[in-house]
Amino acid sequence: MRKQQKSTRRQFLGLAGGAAVLGTVPIVTLRPAEATPATLTAAIRAVAGEAAVRTGKVKLDVPPLVENGNTVPMTVSVSSPMTADDHVKSIHVFNEKNPQPNVGNFHLGPHAGRAQISTRIRLADSQRIVAIARLSDDSFWSATVDVVVTLAACTEEVI
Amino acid sequence: MTSALINVPKKAKRGDIIEIKTLMSHIMETGYRHTATGEMVPRDIITSFTFRYNGIEIFRADLFPAIAANPFISFFTVATESGKFEFEWIGDRGFAETASASISVE
Repeated sequence: MRKQQKSTRRQFLGLAGGAAVLGTVPIVTLRPAEATPATLTAAIRAVAGEAAVRTGKVKLDVPPLVENGNTVPMTVSVSSPMTADDHVKSIHVFNEKNPQPNVGNFHLGPHAGRAQISTRIRLADSQRIVAIARLSDDSFWSATVDVVVTLAACTEEVI
Repeated sequence: MTSALINVPKKAKRGDIIEIKTLMSHIMETGYRHTATGEMVPRDIITSFTFRYNGIEIFRADLFPAIAANPFISFFTVATESGKFEFEWIGDRGFAETASASISVE
């Protein structure tokens, strides 16, 4: 009896979910469903301008395999002496497949002492994360990590 | 109700690099989710976090919907003098919260 009820509920939820998806199709087609590599590049260009972004100096720590995309610990550190003459001005984090390419901008200065920030982020899909650091000489350095996500965040239904 | 959690050392030696950890209670609704009836849930996020040490801005962050609910942010600063840390969160729908802590530097 109990089992019967359960499967009925599941069927109902499945139907309701399907109906909801159908209902939102016009809205979904009107906006970009995800940030694409092109918007990722555009977002990076918006920060770096025409300057060359070189690989190195930046260390991006994200677990390579994430079970729950709703809260993913992330640490970005940059090797820098953090003096008045040579420090990290800002750290920018981008993603490839969330609905928008920006994750966060973090503005530091020589008073930070250590160029390292930690936060928790959301990932809507398995994708590439890019961290870019702007140094005091206005050079840009980056690190890239590929993350596999099993439970996606951001766009799921509110139940 | 205090919705902010701040973790800072109470004492430090001059010149020490100290870690500052902050957590703010907030839903961080992305604006990309919809209800079962197909309505979009409007965006409601914290957009900006600022940290000041004796009135001087040391650290600032621009947040986006890709930051997880109850934003946790940690960063570092150099303990230069005794004084006050001020934290400020600003967000959608007029969200504004502040918190403060003090440190004694020897």
